[in-house]
Amino acid sequence: MNIEVWVTIAASAVGAATPLMFAALGELVTERAGVLNLGVEGMMLVGAMSGFAVGVASGSLLLGYLAAAGAGVLIALLFAVLTLSLQANQVATGLALTLFGVGFSAFAGRGFVGIPIQRLPPLRVPLLTELPVIGPLLFHYDPLVYLSIALCALIAWTLRRTRVGLRLRAVGEAPAIAYALGEPATRIRYLAVLFGGAMSGIAGAYLSTSLTPMWVEGMTAGRGWIALALVVFGTWKPWRVLGGAYLFGTVTVLQLYAQGLGVHVPSEFLSMLPYAATIVVLVVICRDPKTILLNQPAWLGRSFHPGY
Amino acid sequence: MLPFDRGPWPLRLERRSKPSAAMRMASSPLAALAMLATGLLVFGILGKDPAAAFKVFFIEPVSSIYGVGELLLKATPLMLCALGLAVCYRANVWNIGAEGQLTVGAISGGGIGLFYGAALGSWAPPVMLAAGVLGGMAWAAIPALLRSRFHTSEIFVSLMLVYIGQLLLSYLVHGPWRDPAGQNFPQSQPLVDSALLPPLLDGARVNAGFIIALVLAAVSWWFGTATAAGYRMRVGGLAPAAASYAGISERLNIWLALMISGGAAGLAGVCEVAGPIGMLQPVVSPGYGFAAIIVAFLGRLHPLGVVLASLLMSALYLGGESAQMELQLPASVSGLFQGALLFFLLAAELFIGYRLRRVRSSSP
Amino acid sequence: MTAGAAPPRLALRGISKRYGSLIADDRIDLKVAAGEIHALLGENGAGKSTLMKVVYGVTQPDEGSIEWEGRAVAIRSPAQARRLGIGMVFQHFSLFETLTVAENISLALDEHLRPVALAARINEVSQRYGLPIDPQRLIHGMSVGERQRVEIVRCLLQSPRLLIMDEPTSVLTPQAVRALFETLRRLAAEGVSILYISHKLEEIRELCDVATVLRNGRVSGTAIPREQTNASLARMMVGGDLKDCKLQPRDPGPIQLELTNLSLGSEDPFGTVLRKINLRVRSGEIVGIAGVSGNGQKELLAAISGERLCAQHGAVRLCGQDAARLNPARRRRLGLRFVPEERLGRGAVPGMHLADNCVLTGATAGLVRHGLVCSRAARAFARATIAEFAVKCDGELAAAESLSGGNLQKFIVGREIRLVPTVMLVARPTWGLDVGASLMIRQALIDLRDAGAAVLVISEELDELFAICDRLAVLARGRMSATTPTAELAPETLGVWMTGEFTAAAPAAGVDHAAV
Repeated sequence: MNIEVWVTIAASAVGAATPLMFAALGELVTERAGVLNLGVEGMMLVGAMSGFAVGVASGSLLLGYLAAAGAGVLIALLFAVLTLSLQANQVATGLALTLFGVGFSAFAGRGFVGIPIQRLPPLRVPLLTELPVIGPLLFHYDPLVYLSIALCALIAWTLRRTRVGLRLRAVGEAPAIAYALGEPATRIRYLAVLFGGAMSGIAGAYLSTSLTPMWVEGMTAGRGWIALALVVFGTWKPWRVLGGAYLFGTVTVLQLYAQGLGVHVPSEFLSMLPYAATIVVLVVICRDPKTILLNQPAWLGRSFHPGY
Repeated sequence: MLPFDRGPWPLRLERRSKPSAAMRMASSPLAALAMLATGLLVFGILGKDPAAAFKVFFIEPVSSIYGVGELLLKATPLMLCALGLAVCYRANVWNIGAEGQLTVGAISGGGIGLFYGAALGSWAPPVMLAAGVLGGMAWAAIPALLRSRFHTSEIFVSLMLVYIGQLLLSYLVHGPWRDPAGQNFPQSQPLVDSALLPPLLDGARVNAGFIIALVLAAVSWWFGTATAAGYRMRVGGLAPAAASYAGISERLNIWLALMISGGAAGLAGVCEVAGPIGMLQPVVSPGYGFAAIIVAFLGRLHPLGVVLASLLMSALYLGGESAQMELQLPASVSGLFQGALLFFLLAAELFIGYRLRRVRSSSP
Repeated sequence: MTAGAAPPRLALRGISKRYGSLIADDRIDLKVAAGEIHALLGENGAGKSTLMKVVYGVTQPDEGSIEWEGRAVAIRSPAQARRLGIGMVFQHFSLFETLTVAENISLALDEHLRPVALAARINEVSQRYGLPIDPQRLIHGMSVGERQRVEIVRCLLQSPRLLIMDEPTSVLTPQAVRALFETLRRLAAEGVSILYISHKLEEIRELCDVATVLRNGRVSGTAIPREQTNASLARMMVGGDLKDCKLQPRDPGPIQLELTNLSLGSEDPFGTVLRKINLRVRSGEIVGIAGVSGNGQKELLAAISGERLCAQHGAVRLCGQDAARLNPARRRRLGLRFVPEERLGRGAVPGMHLADNCVLTGATAGLVRHGLVCSRAARAFARATIAEFAVKCDGELAAAESLSGGNLQKFIVGREIRLVPTVMLVARPTWGLDVGASLMIRQALIDLRDAGAAVLVISEELDELFAICDRLAVLARGRMSATTPTAELAPETLGVWMTGEFTAAAPAAGVDHAAV
C-alpha cells in the first residue's frame, strides 16, 4: 500500500470533514443555548446555492462566502422568529425549515446548474508544504479548513472560560432563571440561532465552491443531518465534535477509494456507509441515558416566554 | 425579542386562559390562504400574470375526469403516509423516515410482484400489498428497536434509513433486478398485468389504493377515539409522566406508532409500484414521504383533516407539473410552496395559545 | 415601628395585576421601613407571588405605583430591581444545576470579578453571616439547605437594601430554620429591610416586626405579629375560623402495605438510594412519612406505585400478595391507588377533559372493557366525582388544564378515593392549595381511613402530618425511621430525625416504637 495513496485519502477526508465541522459547530452553539434547530440541511443548501450563485456572478469567492453566511442568517432568522417569539414547536419548525430550504434552494438555484466555478486555491506555506508526507497532510489545505479548526478552538475556549460562554450556557440550562437574573435570554437565544445559521451557510458554500465545485439541487445529501448527529455524538463539546467530523470525513471518502484499496463491494453499499455509521455512533452515545442526562443542555428544545 | 411584552407597541402577546378552539379549526385554512396569497405574489415576481397562473396551477389540472383521477391518485400515497404519521406524531414519536419506509415497501411488494406475479395470478395484488406493509414495518422496526432499547432518537435513525433505503433500491434496479431486455435502463421488468392494481374509472388512473386510504382514515379515526390502545398512545404523546403514572408502557407505544406509520408508508410504496409506475425504478416517489409530514400537520393530526389536506397537497403537486409545462415554471416551485405552507401553519398556530391585545399605556 | 422622617424603603400604592379575567392583585398598599422584617402573609393563591413578581420586575402592574426610598420608580426588569438594591431568594430555587456555586453567583453579579477575587468575596460573606458553602461545587448534588445558602449568599453579594424571601422555610428542617432566622436578624440589625413571604404563622410571630395580610388578592389588614395569636392571624388570612379535622382513634386492621428491607438504586445520577426500608401500614390507619424532598421520596413513591420494579421478591407486599415485580396497572388491580405530587402533567393529562382523565387510572375499574374505552361510563364517573368533591369546573368535558390547582387536586384525590382503594398512597396532598381545599382533602383522607383503607401520606408539611396521621416516620437520606404514634411525638424530635439521626426501622414484627 502506497503511502501516497494514504496521504491522499487523509487529505480528502479533511476536506470532507470541513463542511460537517462548520455546520456542527454552529449547531452546537445553538443547542448550548437551548434551541434545537433541525433545519441545518435546509440552511446548508441555501448557503450552498447562495455562495455558488454570488461567487459565479461576482467572480469573488469571498463575496460568495459572505452571501452564504448572510443567507444562512436570514433563513435562521425565520426559524428564530417562529420558535423564539411566536413560540412554535422547535422540532416541527426545524423540519419545516429543512423542507423549505430544499425547495427554495432548488427553485432559486435552477439557473446555476452546470455552471463551472473556480475553487479556492490551497495554502502554500514556504518550506513546510514541500515536506514529504507531512507537507500535503498538514500544510496544503485551503484557508477554510484551518478556519474551521480555529473556530473549534475559539468556541471551546469561549464556552468554558469567558463570561459570554457562561451566559450562553446558563440560558441553555434554564432561560427563565437567567431572565430573572437579568440576562436577555431571548436575545441570547436569537444570536445563537443566527450564528448557527451563518455557520451552516458557510458549510454549504464550502461544499458548492470548494469540495465539489458545482451546484446541484439537494447536493448536501444528508450532511446537515449528519452534522446534527455529530453534536450529539460529541456530547455538545467542540473538540469531540471535531473528532467526530474527521471520523465521518474519513468514512465518506472511503467509498471513493474503496476500489483502489481492493474492496469489491457495490458502490451503493459503500455510499450507505456514512448514514449507517451515523446510526451506529448515535446508538453508542445514547445507549446509557445518563450520558445524555449529564451532557445535554437542560432546556434543549423547550420554549421560553419571559414573564410567565 | 419582538417587543410584544413591553415598550411602545400598542399590541401585547397574552397567553389565553383556554386554547382557542376556533383558531384550532381555522389555522389550517388560514395558512392555506396565506400560502395562496404568497403564491400569487411569487407568480407576479416571476413575470407571470397571477390570474392566469392561478388558473393553470389550480383549475386546469382538475377540469377533466382524467385530471380528477390524477388528483385522487396523487392524494393516495400522501393520505396513506400521513394517516400513519398522524397517529405516530400524536404519540410524540417523530418518524421522519416515511419516505424510506415507502421505498422499502415498494421494494418488498414490488419484488413479490416481479418474481411471483405470474404464479400468484389473481392473488397477486393482496399478497403484494401485504408484502409492502410488512416491508415498511420492517424498516420502521429499526428506529423502534433503537429507540426503545437504546434510547436513540427516532428522528435521526428513520431519516438515515431513508438514504439507505433509496440506495438499496438503486442497487437493485441497477444490478440484480434490472430488466435484461431493458436496454440497460435502470429499471426492472414491468409487472405482469395480474400484479397491477386496476384503475377505478375509465379514463383515469386512480386505483383501489384510494379506497384503501379512505378506509384507513375511518379505521384510524375509530382507533384513536374508541380503543384503549389509541387512548394509551394519546396519553403517551400528551403527557409522558402521566403515562408512566398510569402504567402505560412507553415501549409498546413506540412500537405501535412506528409499526402503524411504517406499514402505512410501505402500503403507499407498493401502491405506487403496482399502480401508476408499474415497475421498479430508482425513484418511486417525488418526496411523498416528506410531503406527508406537512399533510399530517396541516390536517392537525386528525384523520378527516388529513384526508382534506392530502387533497390540497396533491393539488399542489399537480399544479406544479401543470405550471412546469404551460408556464415554464421550474418543478421546484411546488417544493417551495409546500415549505412555505408549513411555515404559515406554524405561525398561525401561535394564535391558538396566545392572543394579541390592545394595551392602554397606563403603566408607569 | 416608629415612622421617622425617613421615607419607607419600599412603598407600594394601589398595585393591581390581572391575568385575563383573573384578578391576582387588587389595589394593594404596602410599606416596608428600613431595617424592618416585614411579613407578607396569606394562604396559597392570595396573591403574594404575583405581588413579588411586580416588585422584582418580572412582570408589570396594570395599575398603581412603586416608590423606592421616597422616589417614584418603574421596575421594568429583574436587572433594574437589582440595581435599585432589591434582592430575591426564590421559593423554587433559581440555580443552574450544571454550573458551580461560583459560576452561579458570578452570573448574578453585575460587575465581572476574576475567579480568585470572586471566591474570596464569597467566603467573606459566607463566614460573616454563618452560611457555609464551597464555591467550587456543582449545584447538582447539593442538599436543599445548601442550595438556599447559595441563593442567600448570591443575594448578599450585591449588598441589597431590601431582601425578599419567598416561603424560605417550606423545605427546611426545624434546626435549619433557626439558623436562617439568626442570619436574617443580623441583616436587619445592619439596616437591610426584609420582606418575608410565608403562610406559617408560628414563624412569622417569632421573627417578624410587621405583617401585611393578603386575602383573595386584597390587603385584609396589617398587624404586629408579636401582639397577635395564631388564631387571630389565621382569621385575617382566611376570614373565618380555621376548622380543625379531628382524628378519632381506631383499632387498625390487617396489614395491607408492607415494605421489607426494600433497597433500590436511583435512575437519576443525583438521586437518592433507598436502603433497607421497613414499613407496615394497616387498614384503618393513616401513616405519615415526613422528610424534606431530596431524601428518597421520589424513589420510595416509585417503588410503591410500581413505576420502578424491585428485584427482591417480597420487598413490597400489597394486600398480602407479593407485588415487587408487578407494574402499576397490576398493582391497581390489587387495590392500590396513588395521588402523585405533580398534578397537571402526571396526575392528570392537561390537554384531555376530565372524563378522559378518569380513564387514566380507572381503566381497571370498568372504564375500559374488551380493549375499548367506555366513554359513557367515564363521563358518568367524572360527573359523580365532580359533584361529590365540589370541583369547580365547566363540567366533565372541561380540560384538566382549565381547573385551578385546588380544584384539580380535589378531582384527582376524589377520583382515586372513588375507585375504592384498599391502599391509598398520597404525596404532598395539599401543597400549594388554599385552606378551603386543603381542609376538604384532609377530611376526605380521614373519611377514607375511617372506611377501612390503609393510607400512606408522604409530605414535607409537618403541620399537616401532625393533623391527620395516626403514626409518623421520617425518611432521611434513603433510610426510614421506625414509626411512632403521633400523640407520643414532638416536632423537635421529628426535626432531629430529619437530619438522619435515628434508629432505622427493623423488619421484625412488633418493633413499632422508635428508640431515639
